[in-house]
Amino acid sequence: MKKFIPLFVLLLGVLYLGRTLFPERSASPFNLTAFGELPVLLNGRLKPLDTVARSSLMQFQGRQRVSDPADRAPRVNSPTEWLVNVFFISSKADSYPVFRIDSPDLLSLLGISEEDAKVSYASSSKQFMAVLGFLPSTRSRFSYEKIAPKIPELERQAKLANPIDSAVRTPFQKAVVQLYGSLVQYQQLKHTLAPPTTDDFLAELLRFQKLLPTGIAAVRAKQAGQPHDTATAQAMIELGQRYLFMSEVTSILAVPPASGVADDQAWSTTGQSLLSAFQRGSVDSSVLAYAGLGYAWRQNQPEQFNQLVDLYRSQIEKRFQLQLQKTRAEVRFNAAEPFYASMTLYVFAFLFAIVSWLKWPEILGRSAFYLILLAWLATTAGIATRMWLEGRPPVTNLYSSALFIGWGSVGLCLILEAIYQNAIGSVAAGLTGFATLLIAHHLSLTGDTLEMMRAVLDSNFWLATHVVIVTIGYSATFLAGFLAIIYILRGGFTRSLDPASAEALGRMVYGIICFATLFSFVGTVLGGIWADQSWGRFWGWDPKENGALIIVLWNALILHARWGGLIKARGLMALAVFGNVVTSWSWFGTNMLGVGLHSYGFTDSAFMALILFVASQLALIALAVRPLTKWRSFQSR
Amino acid sequence: MNDLLRQFRDFFVSLKLTVVLIALSIVLIFAATLDQVNLGIWAVQQKYFHSLFVLWRIGDIPVPIFPGGYLIGGFLLVNLIIAQVYRFKFTAKKSGIWLTHIGLILLLIGELLTGLWQEEFALRLDEGETKNFSESYRSNELAIIETTDPKFDEVVAIPEKFVAQGEPIQQAKLPFRVVPKIYYPNATLAARDANTPNAAPTPATTGIGLQASATPLPLTYKQNERNAPAAYIELAGPEGPIGTWLVSADPRFPPQSFAYAGRTWKIAFRFERSYKPYSLTLLKFSHDRYAGTEIPKNFSSRIRLNSPDGRDDREVLIYMNNPLRYAGLTFYQAGFENDDKTTILQVVRNPSWQLPYISCALMTLGLIVQFGIHLVAFIARRRPAPSVVA
Repeated sequence: MKKFIPLFVLLLGVLYLGRTLFPERSASPFNLTAFGELPVLLNGRLKPLDTVARSSLMQFQGRQRVSDPADRAPRVNSPTEWLVNVFFISSKADSYPVFRIDSPDLLSLLGISEEDAKVSYASSSKQFMAVLGFLPSTRSRFSYEKIAPKIPELERQAKLANPIDSAVRTPFQKAVVQLYGSLVQYQQLKHTLAPPTTDDFLAELLRFQKLLPTGIAAVRAKQAGQPHDTATAQAMIELGQRYLFMSEVTSILAVPPASGVADDQAWSTTGQSLLSAFQRGSVDSSVLAYAGLGYAWRQNQPEQFNQLVDLYRSQIEKRFQLQLQKTRAEVRFNAAEPFYASMTLYVFAFLFAIVSWLKWPEILGRSAFYLILLAWLATTAGIATRMWLEGRPPVTNLYSSALFIGWGSVGLCLILEAIYQNAIGSVAAGLTGFATLLIAHHLSLTGDTLEMMRAVLDSNFWLATHVVIVTIGYSATFLAGFLAIIYILRGGFTRSLDPASAEALGRMVYGIICFATLFSFVGTVLGGIWADQSWGRFWGWDPKENGALIIVLWNALILHARWGGLIKARGLMALAVFGNVVTSWSWFGTNMLGVGLHSYGFTDSAFMALILFVASQLALIALAVRPLTKWRSFQSR
Repeated sequence: MNDLLRQFRDFFVSLKLTVVLIALSIVLIFAATLDQVNLGIWAVQQKYFHSLFVLWRIGDIPVPIFPGGYLIGGFLLVNLIIAQVYRFKFTAKKSGIWLTHIGLILLLIGELLTGLWQEEFALRLDEGETKNFSESYRSNELAIIETTDPKFDEVVAIPEKFVAQGEPIQQAKLPFRVVPKIYYPNATLAARDANTPNAAPTPATTGIGLQASATPLPLTYKQNERNAPAAYIELAGPEGPIGTWLVSADPRFPPQSFAYAGRTWKIAFRFERSYKPYSLTLLKFSHDRYAGTEIPKNFSSRIRLNSPDGRDDREVLIYMNNPLRYAGLTFYQAGFENDDKTTILQVVRNPSWQLPYISCALMTLGLIVQFGIHLVAFIARRRPAPSVVA
């Protein structure tokens, strides 16, 4: 019977993952899923509106849900529903609390008092929970309406803060620049498909369409100084100015190229498309289709809405079949959130594996192994999907490097666990898997994580070799460090580290360091060769190159110290933990310097996190070098 | 072997020394990385890596505070070679270590040669322009050009360091002495005209210096900036001073013409030039961006390559990750300016560029062999275990 418990856990895990592939059908009669699959060209990539909605919300407020703490029910059922309202009913969208503001200085600048920010719960039980801190007692997300009156002042502050180097901005200036950037993007979204100032854009366009032939003639006559219908000419000029404004506000290219245009990338904004109507003599059908969708949404006519979505989709499918296949898959991928599901599985696996050292080693150890395997398969699928969507090797930016480092180190843990079956691999896997996905989550707050590659980095061959191999080197160095942490904590504070486990851990750490040395060396060398190919020097002492070199040297130092008998087990562990410091420096610290050709992923909020991490590792090293008599596992012997 | 020699050998053969040297090099590289924020990459290389000691200036006295790249690298090289000779017999089991260490020896030598031999220049070309020289990234020169004969120019180029020294310079080809009066290693230029009545008096007595003045600036170490030195230069014939000119290496500052003793001349402070026995013409520079963004997708320069002997007359396309290698030089797409009408190519001469490839191949192979041996031994140890239990 006991044999089946791990299998049962495996089954539960499979069910949990399977469920994410089939998201609940929303109750809305509007087919918002199909709407979310429609493509736009933004930041150089053709992406579904669903992704635009999700990455915008992440950027504005750090999460995809739209809700206020006072009433826990979400304001909208999906990010796409939020975006539809931003597009078509801006008065409604303006009331959603989607702008996160934490800086007290910024709040007071915006005239938001503590009283405004305070959450008053209706039920007394909720009030009690808020006092205990289980429910938020103050708001941190505010609506556009709330901010709007102070936008001129915010704009002034942003102008003051912008020229300052981002590294030396005060927290207030950072908050100003961030909020202002979010508001600019919000304006872009609002002007994507229709001007937010009109109630019936469809009627306006139909009028425009009808007026076009006579209108153009009138404007030409006016320009030539001949007699003309002044009212018509004036109306045309006003419309032209209106569309010009629209085209200038937004950079979201929502209108596919006309059938005569060969360039697949020649998408345009709605405003540009309407301006070109003056030459063409007719309004583009895509613009009309979106205006029609807006009409149906505002008039609450789900049938027309759904029909129009299908119609528009089949119209662009003729030309962009493969791209639509990708946007559809991307929407599925967004909804499934495989990395989030993996995070949950890693937590459970970690707990099972830890407990297995105390009780039921067989059952819990095996269960943990299965869960780790499942989570790893889910991240593999997630990374593979991203690669297919982007047409790129796995690591293209800081976000994907976090995913891949986690993937690599969990993969190594699975091998270790398969060999040793002592749950050490599972504990390390749960820890590193969860931590790297958490880091990835924080890196995703800056917007869409599938970015276009800058020209310097645009080489799939080198991305696939140098970047992948050096990232595996990072994974392995981190893994050695985390295994060492397990040794230090388990040996120092519990009696559970028996000689066999201690010996096995020593072997694991040594083996992984050998592996790390090989991969970080080869990866660094390939980077040198890439640099020689594209910049004319094999080695330029650029911060990122130096960071990678330090990892190689550190691993070499550990190996030589061990071969020379300068360190024994505890020394090995202490040095391996310092490998974490070295690797995190190379991964994040070098980007914070803001110099060099590699500084592609600057994140200054991560600075504090890095400092804290380094401090914690130093504390662990201090624990490792305590005399043996202080180690609980070694005291009795 | 006498005692001293043995002690010497024991010191250099020890693994402890290896570990210490690796640790020192980590500290050196880390400090150098941090210092790039202040000094820029080029100055950091000179200070930390291409030096025996890292010097710290206390007042005016440079004090060595840490071993530099050449010292650590040199010790590591000696350590490696002696350890290789005395410690490791060449056996199949040690073959991985041998390969790795020989590769590393080559890598260290290669890095030394690169530091000594590598030269870098920039080649700026406007569309349609032809050039047969490239310009230094850092060095400047004072050029005095005789243009009397329309068929050719006679150039006397004085390196910046002589201008900086301020001593009068006498050159056989020049009928006058060159006397650097004032020299600023980096300077900004300002107009002197009716709008600036309070401008300082200019030392210049002729040329642009009457309408413009130079003000010293602190030296810049930023990667995307370069220092533009300026100087006031007096030319003096046997019968007395001819005049004092303001010259600046700022590329916007044009050469100034003058006549003396019935001959015509030009004087200019400019980026040091390196002439080539062939010429390059920029036919077209392209800068593609991703649709709807400013993110660069590709830069490329279509170039016509001509050599005077007529052997080479062809078109080449230089773009990201695809340089042109020609006549011992490599031309890389490095940048662009002037609204995408000017390309900047980086021209590198590095005769030892193949060494890293060889050494890295050796080291990679060595590591794979060595760790492969470990892994096979590990698996072999584990495999018999079940049969014993059974």
